Amino acid sequence: MTESALAFHRRIDTALADARLRQALAMTTGRLAGGRAAAFDALPDPVACREEARHARAAAVARLDFYLDQFARAAAARGCTIHWAETAADAREIISGIARERGIRLAVKSKSMATEEVGLNEALEHAGVRVVETDLGEFVVQLGGDRPSHIITPIIHRSRQDVAALFQEQLGATPAEVEDIPAMTALARRVLRAEFLQAGMGISGVNLAVAETGSLCIVTNEGNGRLTTTLPRVHVALLGLERLVPTAADLAAVLAVLARSATGQASSVYTNVITGPRRRSGASGDPPCGEPDGPDELHVVILDNGRSRTLGTPLAEILYCVRCGACLNACPVYRHIGGHAYGGVYPGPVGSVVMPGLHGLEDWSELAQASSLCGACRDVCPVKIDLPHLLLAVRREAAERRLSPLWVRALMPLYAAVATRPRVYRWAGRAAARLAHAVQRGGWISRLPGPLGAWTASRDFPAPSARSFVEEHRERKAASA
Amino acid sequence: MMPRPARVQLFATCLVDRFFPAAGHAAVEVLERAGVEVHVPADQTCCGQPAYNGGFAADAAAMARATIDVLSRVADPVVVPSGSCADMIVHHYPALLAGDAEYGPKAAELAGRTYEFTQFLVDVLGFDPPAAQAGPTLAYHASCHGLRGLGLREQPRRLLRAAAGTRSADLPDAETCCGFGGLFAVKMGPISSAMLDAKLDAIERSGADVVVATDVSCLMHIGGGLHRRKSRVRTRHIAEVLAGHVHD
Repeated sequence: MTESALAFHRRIDTALADARLRQALAMTTGRLAGGRAAAFDALPDPVACREEARHARAAAVARLDFYLDQFARAAAARGCTIHWAETAADAREIISGIARERGIRLAVKSKSMATEEVGLNEALEHAGVRVVETDLGEFVVQLGGDRPSHIITPIIHRSRQDVAALFQEQLGATPAEVEDIPAMTALARRVLRAEFLQAGMGISGVNLAVAETGSLCIVTNEGNGRLTTTLPRVHVALLGLERLVPTAADLAAVLAVLARSATGQASSVYTNVITGPRRRSGASGDPPCGEPDGPDELHVVILDNGRSRTLGTPLAEILYCVRCGACLNACPVYRHIGGHAYGGVYPGPVGSVVMPGLHGLEDWSELAQASSLCGACRDVCPVKIDLPHLLLAVRREAAERRLSPLWVRALMPLYAAVATRPRVYRWAGRAAARLAHAVQRGGWISRLPGPLGAWTASRDFPAPSARSFVEEHRERKAASA
Repeated sequence: MMPRPARVQLFATCLVDRFFPAAGHAAVEVLERAGVEVHVPADQTCCGQPAYNGGFAADAAAMARATIDVLSRVADPVVVPSGSCADMIVHHYPALLAGDAEYGPKAAELAGRTYEFTQFLVDVLGFDPPAAQAGPTLAYHASCHGLRGLGLREQPRRLLRAAAGTRSADLPDAETCCGFGGLFAVKMGPISSAMLDAKLDAIERSGADVVVATDVSCLMHIGGGLHRRKSRVRTRHIAEVLAGHVHD
């Protein structure tokens, strides 16, 4: 096993030993999954809604170069500056450069997994820009020097008491200010409001971009996204290059399932559609008095960072993903180990496909082994991505590249060779049954050797039957004939 | 829907064959009671799912071709007492062998006449299970691949409702995976165990005497966990329940 795979297994053990984490996970994933189910049950035709959303995303991904070009032209025509970032380093450099050239010292951010992915905060801090996360969950992550463990609810691993202690320690909060969640939220709001008013740059992700209009859609529940994208003089939006829909109607189709899948809401509290920076009066088509607010500059940084490598491969379907997090909440593995165990920015079933796609199979293929292929993720995906099939595709590539454990690589061809020879297979079955007979007690084996010991660490294994069903059946038929 | 067949082939699955022969005999008994002649091809082995799920496509394809040969000597429908192995044949064989000029069409043909056991009883035979009798209280665990791969939601439940009557217990989170997942149980032992623990807790809370499923793979896992816990709860394949074999 590779060092990164071993590290994954160590993180799993750590997570499983953390009773508070597991309690927090069970509670929140259960609540989110239940909310999602109720929201879809309330739709007249939930399947058709998911089909429509899938169709919108599939259409964009199928002709991604065309729609990217259309988006970039339309956005530029509305006054956006378009930047292309092939790598994470490019994205960091572009955004740091925008800040440097304008002498910006403070940036506020709304929630964005893409900025997590490229490590933007560290790069900006390095460039002398103080960065403030304004999503409440991300604010807590930043205060605690932590990392998000869920793509929608970043502090799913933290309890209210944890956060209260953190606020007292880092913000000097009084006991009254952390008495309950509304009090803590009010405190965060006071702290953040001052930052919003001083920031020279607002940084956001993009939930979806509309190719035909050059618009950016950003959904949030806290209003911080709206402040981030309108108050500071400069707005920088980091857009994963696959997050397009062809038309505004397609946007509506995806929005119909996005919030329902993420949190069980019919729609998010704030759904912002941003088309270009603030318009001053003068140019043709502009409102006569100009727009009262909005940034003077809007920079859209379109990020590849390995995404385009997935196009045309068996993993391309993962590019339909709208990052709702429903597959995390549905996944029994995620529910037990949480996001940090996965080790990357994107955890859960989607992360197990995305991470090897972004960063290569060598260090990330083991994530795809952490699935029982139960299919719960596929059932809840708003764009009907066949996640088990993609996990299998990762496993297949890992097997071809000899990244699976040696015993599995040795066992499978041997098993196939035996199973395709019925007489050898029957003989081997009888031999195994005889061998097992010596170690079984009351039909159960409590200790198996080697890697199989992982089974008997917590469960007994049934002893094979001395005679197989097929043999017994044949004898019964012969006797009754 | 196909006309009512007079004869079927039983693909018992490797786990029933070697670990749970009683489930195989019960399946034969129930099918015969439903008026169908049952043929058990003697050279059947394993459908190849362990290799397929491990990513070993060539090994899985070899096992798929062998199984297709075994089940294609006659055109009788194939009944599988496992949602998982039936799903393998119905959905994954055609995908796995799509590029195989000889076996691709054979895989598609076999997929079209392969049924999971309860699916065959309800959808094809319109089987009426025997009326409920006194006995242990049953709880149903919905195995993942049958449930989400084949869409077996109602068929097993309907049969069990009839067979168990008032003796059925509600299993909380009945549709949550037990953590078996084939080699997953070994490769990711600690996660698999955590999932199993949650399932066992739910089973013990349900007050059931017996856990019933359409797949012996899940039952092997759940049963192994129950035995380690020294639980009084037993496991039975749904064919055993329908055959009336629910007592020790």
